Amino acid sequence: MEQTHQYALSGYLIALADDELILGHRVSEWTGHAPILEEDIAFANLALDEIGHAKLWYELAADLLGEDKYRYPDQLVYFREPAQFRNLQLVELPKGDWAYSTLRQYLFDAFETLRLGALSQSPYTPLAEIAARIRTEELYHLRHSQAWIPRLALGTEGSAHRMQAALDTLWPYAQALAAPLPGEQDLHAAGIVPSSAALFARWRAEVEQFLTGAGLQVNLHFPISDLSRISHSQHFPALIHDLQTVARLDPEATW
Amino acid sequence: MHVSSRPTQAELWSALSEVPDPEMPIVNLVELGIVRSAEWHADQLVITITPTFAACPAYAVIDESIRQRLQAAGVADVDVRVQHSPAWTTEWMTAAARSKLQAAGLAPPPRHYGNVIQVLMEPVACPRCGSHNTTLQNNFGTTPCRMIYTCVDCKEPFEMFKPL
Repeated sequence: MEQTHQYALSGYLIALADDELILGHRVSEWTGHAPILEEDIAFANLALDEIGHAKLWYELAADLLGEDKYRYPDQLVYFREPAQFRNLQLVELPKGDWAYSTLRQYLFDAFETLRLGALSQSPYTPLAEIAARIRTEELYHLRHSQAWIPRLALGTEGSAHRMQAALDTLWPYAQALAAPLPGEQDLHAAGIVPSSAALFARWRAEVEQFLTGAGLQVNLHFPISDLSRISHSQHFPALIHDLQTVARLDPEATW
Repeated sequence: MHVSSRPTQAELWSALSEVPDPEMPIVNLVELGIVRSAEWHADQLVITITPTFAACPAYAVIDESIRQRLQAAGVADVDVRVQHSPAWTTEWMTAAARSKLQAAGLAPPPRHYGNVIQVLMEPVACPRCGSHNTTLQNNFGTTPCRMIYTCVDCKEPFEMFKPL
């Protein structure tokens, strides 16, 4: 791969990894707090998987940049400032109630599964192989959220109300999935990665059909002020503080 | 170490076959299919492994267990490296490993020949009574690689190794 593409791809992968890391962190906040034991187990596993996926992407980015793949991921996770993260606001919003977290997981994973399917066809083999691996794990995530969303949305008046409220809040943020990742335009032109906008059209058709089938109202009018991954919500600095505090107490510590 | 005193490939793989998986000690790392190669780089033995799940938390223990077993076999300098691609799949697990899982009450991963979605639609046999009258309890389980079912006939819950 050309050097300019290597550099672009490292930025693209760090943004993908940031989504996984931050979502994994939010999901991990359910550990010990989920409504039933089975879901405590499920959410702990979801968190572990997402953070594991982040690690794979950070390591591949390290390879592309000629960095140490054992140290570089930790440097990115623990020693960047909040403004340097490139994740979507969708994944950083506080965990909300359980309906909200379950729906967010679905919205994100449904898109990610499409993107991983496309990335697994990339001519850049290391990228394609890791995408294929992660995609198989994500199938279990989708099975999980696709089982729970209709259960809640078609359950009691209370559970249906919570699910609809979650959708009304999350839908505008989910529109940002359509925005290109860092470096995407050049990489897409070179046939290395898919177009987020094209994936988004498929995602929206699939997700609308699923949610409507579960009795939810999908609001087509979605005000969204900023699609970029540069700006973060007011909640983000506190999340990063939680994530980084221990590592920053002793940056040279070995574990 | 003088070259002639090095363990042979057969001896190395035999030693590796004695390293149990930390989360399922009934199976060893070789029959689980995670050991890719054992190669000498000058006087250093490099063992390459491919973890089962991307986020497998057992990795640090596996790394240490391999190192200890090979040092006991007389290899002073061992480096354990991770190779994520091509990704590990349950298709690499040996028949012997599947039988051991089954005997221990953990349903082995069904063979899927590349189509995981299809195989997940098919009924799972209870490892205790053999009934196919089983229901999925949870897509997740006590480790990243397991999911939980319940047998409707013998009423026992059981875990299955996820096809991957």
